[in-house]
Amino acid sequence: METKSAKNYGTFLLLVLLCALFIAPVVIVLINSFKGQFYISDAPFSLPNSLTFAGLVNYINGVQKTGFFTAFFYSLFITVGSVLMLTLGASMTSWYLIRAKNRVSTIIYYLFVFSMIVPFQMVMFTMSKIANMLFLDNPLGIIFIYLGFGAGLSVFIFSGFVKAIPMEIEEAAVVDGCNPIRLFFSVIFPILRPTAVTVAILNTMWIWNDYLLPYLVIGNDYKTLPIAIQYLQGGYGSRDMGALMAMLVLAIIPIIIFYLICQKYIIKGVVAGAVKG
Amino acid sequence: MHKHLSRYFGVFALPTLLAFGVAFLIPFVLGIYLSFTEFTTVTDATFIGFSNYISAFTEDNNFLNALWFTVKFAVVAIITVNLFAFLLALVLTKGIRGTNFFRAVFFMPNLIGGIVLGYIWQVIINGLLLFVGADITVNASYGFWGLIVLTNWQMIGYMMVIYIAGINNIPPQLIEAAKIDGAKPSQILWRITLPLTMPSFTICTFLTLTNSFKLFDQNLALTAGAPGRETSMLALDIYNTFYGRVGSEGVGQAKGVVFFLIVAALALLQLRLTRSREVEA
Repeated sequence: METKSAKNYGTFLLLVLLCALFIAPVVIVLINSFKGQFYISDAPFSLPNSLTFAGLVNYINGVQKTGFFTAFFYSLFITVGSVLMLTLGASMTSWYLIRAKNRVSTIIYYLFVFSMIVPFQMVMFTMSKIANMLFLDNPLGIIFIYLGFGAGLSVFIFSGFVKAIPMEIEEAAVVDGCNPIRLFFSVIFPILRPTAVTVAILNTMWIWNDYLLPYLVIGNDYKTLPIAIQYLQGGYGSRDMGALMAMLVLAIIPIIIFYLICQKYIIKGVVAGAVKG
Repeated sequence: MHKHLSRYFGVFALPTLLAFGVAFLIPFVLGIYLSFTEFTTVTDATFIGFSNYISAFTEDNNFLNALWFTVKFAVVAIITVNLFAFLLALVLTKGIRGTNFFRAVFFMPNLIGGIVLGYIWQVIINGLLLFVGADITVNASYGFWGLIVLTNWQMIGYMMVIYIAGINNIPPQLIEAAKIDGAKPSQILWRITLPLTMPSFTICTFLTLTNSFKLFDQNLALTAGAPGRETSMLALDIYNTFYGRVGSEGVGQAKGVVFFLIVAALALLQLRLTRSREVEA
């Protein structure tokens, strides 16, 4: 037994080392965010000293240059709005398509599935032009775009679970005089809640971090967080490395908080989503 | 049973279907049409047959270079990500102390967006290359391996979580019975664990394959294609063709269609290949 526990101890140490390696990049960025902007590229792995320490200057610069709080608000608004719409819209559509079960609903279902393998670059130009023509190029309109573009995966995930709902439950509710709307909200949706959490988490991870879609659709007038960070890049050589480091830290903090709160659901959601997908 | 269900079409399905039409179906169909035309906005198209497709491959080498770069990247990424993720999953299903903590840390990078990831690693890789007096834009192979490291950092945790679920699904009696019969750990791995986690391999290789081919944000932030366009992957090349100069929108759209066909074909082929290797417990 002694050799086994020694082996376990070795593995444990290796895992600790790996963990440090996984956290290191974030820590390095955090350290550099407190150094003066001209001391970052030259020596990114050194700690700040009396010469290079810049306090919160980078954070103040970065927040001003990118309009961080506005960007944060747009990101939050668009993510929350789109995720709510997607969860609701996709669950209702999935249930309807499965229960209607005719040729049209089957075709629509396969169109949704098909949309999952189409890469964004195939439709990005036409989609952004159409969004522009239909006056959807604003934070409210882009929620509608996300509903449409994200519907494929969400409907696909919901459909798998809708099929597993026993018909007897629904029949009992119909006999009791439930119309489809009440049936859905007081019987079906509560059953689908774990799936709804999965769908919501997968979509949150996607939309919060999405860069190209919002950049093309609303990027000129409204900057979400990824757009604001990319905007800092500016022309070659002229970018403020300090502000960039500070903005990276500020962009990561909300994600870490979200992760600490919902860690269990996130990992479960990823597994459930992947197994279905 | 729901006799009047179709009356409720407008409530249940119509809003999502409208959005789906506007955000996906119409742009998709219009995109295919426009790839055969010359245009600068979607309303001024003139039909020109296949010449956009011919231009995409012959005007310059950008598209073929990007395709080759993407293929190389995808092959290396699929092998490294899945190897490391599976090894980690094996270790983390042995009941070692702190398993949940380790799992949480390894998964964490996956939540960080591609743009942020790209800049984080740009600083680190440029810092490391400082020791040889270079930066990531000096040599295309720096960018290539930079992207590989970044992708591993991002995706290992995600795939690991899926492999862990797969390994935990193996009935413990099977492994116990094998142990009683005197199977060595390596035999258990090759004869039981690996065959029974094939569904996880299907999912993970599928995800790494399609994610590698569709990689954009990380590519844009880490190298933006530098040096020149040598480290541009397909998605970035299409983006640059569309928005790099006026007049090449048609070529960009044709590249987009080719890109779609490649991704769709790979996805279908890969699913068929690995599905056939799955076994039931």
